[in-house]
Amino acid sequence: MRISTLARFAFCLALTGVAAAPAGHADGSVAVVQPWARATPGMSQTGAVYLTLRSAHADRLVGAATPVAQSAELHEMEMAGMVMKMRPLAGVTIPAGRPVVFSPGGKHIMLMGLKAPLRPGETFPLTLTFAKAGQETVTVTVGKVGAMGPPAAQH
Amino acid sequence: MSTRSDASRHLTRRLFVAFLLAAVVFLGAGAFLVFELHEGSRGVARTWFGHEIGGPFHLVDQDGRTVTDGDLRGRWLLVYFGYTHCPDACPTALNNIALTLRDLAAPLRGEIRPVFITIDPVRDTPQVMKNYVASFDAPILALTGRAAEVAQTAKEYRVYYEKHPEPGGDYSLDHSSLIYVMDPQGRFAASLDSEDSPAHMAQRLKQLIG
Repeated sequence: MRISTLARFAFCLALTGVAAAPAGHADGSVAVVQPWARATPGMSQTGAVYLTLRSAHADRLVGAATPVAQSAELHEMEMAGMVMKMRPLAGVTIPAGRPVVFSPGGKHIMLMGLKAPLRPGETFPLTLTFAKAGQETVTVTVGKVGAMGPPAAQH
Repeated sequence: MSTRSDASRHLTRRLFVAFLLAAVVFLGAGAFLVFELHEGSRGVARTWFGHEIGGPFHLVDQDGRTVTDGDLRGRWLLVYFGYTHCPDACPTALNNIALTLRDLAAPLRGEIRPVFITIDPVRDTPQVMKNYVASFDAPILALTGRAAEVAQTAKEYRVYYEKHPEPGGDYSLDHSSLIYVMDPQGRFAASLDSEDSPAHMAQRLKQLIG
């Protein structure tokens, strides 16, 4: 629900021209580096996507969607002492020229209501919505259950 | 007049000092507990608080069988509390446990039993738990049970957890993310950081058990 609201919000921003200069894909796009997901254990309907975002211009990730899940949400996990806390994020700011890393134990895109378990080696599309660069669809590769890094980086 | 206000000033000061002392003792005890929980290489079994972690429980495993704490005596336990809808921390912890056991040599590995206890018994039925732990490369005992019994077990292990609603009627749970090492007599021996490297965890277990 949140994502579609955000997506609509981003769309309205773009329509009203508040979202600064037109996206201009050549120089305004955000690079989405190595998007991957963990395979989901059992029949779990919850998954997590990790990736790195780079942009020459400051931008903001405001939403995500994928056909494999009912919803995709931006989340941040943090350890407060030894307590794991997970919080939804309304958006993630991407500073110009500085990578933003989503990785286990930190930020992730949480997939809720997966229609089928994610199995190692599979791929699926993920559409990210940026405040300025608009929408970009990338292919996510599924790694092992509990993997700490993208599939290619594993032995 | 002046004596009275002197007396009351005295009392205020004394109360203030008493409060400060109480605060120091309280913070000191907290710091001691946290330090011992995280840093003690030999565990906290012999410290003031060690005996307060763990206790009797009556739960149900992934095959629907009743399991009590007494049934698990005789082997070392790695106890982790989590839930299957947990997207990040729980798969990390259980996978780390599997990798840690893989790192240990056969006789030692056989002395250790990983136990995953849900804090979300409403969604985590024995069947859900069975499917979930089957995805990890370790013989994990998965425990769920009646809400009150699960809550009691979490309380005994000093596990903090709190429900947070998610958009769309779903919910997630904040929770303590420690792995408790219990000795073969069911006594708390040490805690491991669930995000620690499997190699380091294996090293700690060798120190504790070997």
